[in-house]
Amino acid sequence: MKLKPHLFYRTTKDGSPGWKFVLPSLVLISLIGLPILALIWRSFNIKIFTFAVSESAVNALKLSLITSIISVILSLVSGTPLAYIQAHWKFRGKAVLDLLVDLPVVLPPSVAGIALLLAFGREGLFGAVLNNIGITLPFTTVAVVMAQVFVSAPLLVRSARIGFAAIDPQLEEAAKVEGATDWNVFRLIMLPLAGRALLTGVILTWTRALGEFGATLLFAGNLEGKTQTMPLAIYIGFEQGLGIALVLSVILLAVSLVVLAFLRKLELQS
Amino acid sequence: MNKSFVVLSVIIIITLTSCATSDTGMVSPINSGQTTSPNVPSIIRGTSPDKHTLTIFAAASLTGAFQEIGKNYETANPGVKVSFNFAGSQILRTQLEQGALADVFASADHMNMDLIISENLVAANNYQDFVSNQLIVILPPGNPAKVQALGDLAKPNLKLVLADASVPAGNYARQVLLNMSKDPMYGADFSVKVLKNVVSNETDVKQVVAKVELGEADAGIVYTSDAIADPNLATISIPDKFNVIASYPIAILSSALEPNLAAAFVVYVLSPAGRTILIKWGFNSGQ
Repeated sequence: MKLKPHLFYRTTKDGSPGWKFVLPSLVLISLIGLPILALIWRSFNIKIFTFAVSESAVNALKLSLITSIISVILSLVSGTPLAYIQAHWKFRGKAVLDLLVDLPVVLPPSVAGIALLLAFGREGLFGAVLNNIGITLPFTTVAVVMAQVFVSAPLLVRSARIGFAAIDPQLEEAAKVEGATDWNVFRLIMLPLAGRALLTGVILTWTRALGEFGATLLFAGNLEGKTQTMPLAIYIGFEQGLGIALVLSVILLAVSLVVLAFLRKLELQS
Repeated sequence: MNKSFVVLSVIIIITLTSCATSDTGMVSPINSGQTTSPNVPSIIRGTSPDKHTLTIFAAASLTGAFQEIGKNYETANPGVKVSFNFAGSQILRTQLEQGALADVFASADHMNMDLIISENLVAANNYQDFVSNQLIVILPPGNPAKVQALGDLAKPNLKLVLADASVPAGNYARQVLLNMSKDPMYGADFSVKVLKNVVSNETDVKQVVAKVELGEADAGIVYTSDAIADPNLATISIPDKFNVIASYPIAILSSALEPNLAAAFVVYVLSPAGRTILIKWGFNSGQ
């Protein structure tokens, strides 16, 4: 975002004044920019280093990075084929499937957490069966990943689906005439052509997984080193004193910015 | 001309944001003092002058009792709406420090009230202990881990849920465990062994109750009042020699927009009728 001075008194092609665009934009830019600015500004007054190297901050950051990366990989591996099916296959109940996969995007995370507990909790619908064979999911790192995938994978599926749907069906037919198998069509034609959409999906999924809070707190609980991710550590830290929460927030902000910039660069190159 | 519009819009945005900050009690050079004046509360809250809202920040453990007290108070004071914010006392304290507007603060411990006083949000010594609570061990229906006595809390692989150490109930629970460790019957490492079984540190005491009630945890340590509010739970009481007495202080905030209504609310909480409700919800009202 480069705000050069001339932008303010630029006019649009039809001669109408540019402020009709600039003015509403400024409202949104202030709403997003000012809190970020305040966060960084306030954190300058605090001994960042002492808090940043504290064991619980390092543990939370490590856990957040590991779980969110696993979540993205799981979403990619299971979400890409699903998106392909949704985009290219015709079958009964497809509308229901589309709705189901999109549902977590609009569902509040707290509802997601309760639903996960009721399904996979120790006394849950399926969790009780798992419990009988010695597997308990709540309060484990696995539960953290499950919560993240639940809320974030649909973003990848949506993005990939749009990418696959935009590919000209004639390409697929031509390849099949030449004797390509379904798998080869998917691997050699569809994946490369939908690459950009997939990358956008990865960015959205990763940032959503990294920021997951509500479902994690309800389904996985809060235990340092095991289920306490950065957002949870920030929330708990906020209760102990603004300083810890601030520093953790700035770290998370910095990490998010670096990865976001890296992925955007990749996206532009592809 | 376009330039002037941009300047104007910047001024509007700055004014809007500074209004917002002074609303939340932070210092603003432009109009501080105006919005916090007790003469204009109805304008700020967008209600007509004879409709009043009393905002109460209360510890999560008070949820059931205060909701009942609030209803009775509304009946006795037509035109007044009592609005509650229930959360861990430490969350409420942080919200107040960051400028949240409230009339009454009821904390589950003295530490958070003392911090509020040290920041001049409540006048010194202007609080009263109105109720007390004790701790109890709760078990899920069916008691899957077969916890029979307090000593079983140290059994390996038991799933115990506590409130976080920053939450009053979590702090008290850890004190109880330390008290028990001093008794040779449990052993000096009792507290360490029990804390090893903790699978989650919840953000308020009601979350502990929820996790135990769902059967996700084998045991939890909460207030006696929480156990009474939920008859599905089995309990193991903690003897007085180990237990702690949590006194709950209540205070009117210095920045209260409805100081008179707030005072009337505190009087009602302390009245025999208020005490009856608190006792009904499992609190000790011997203060």
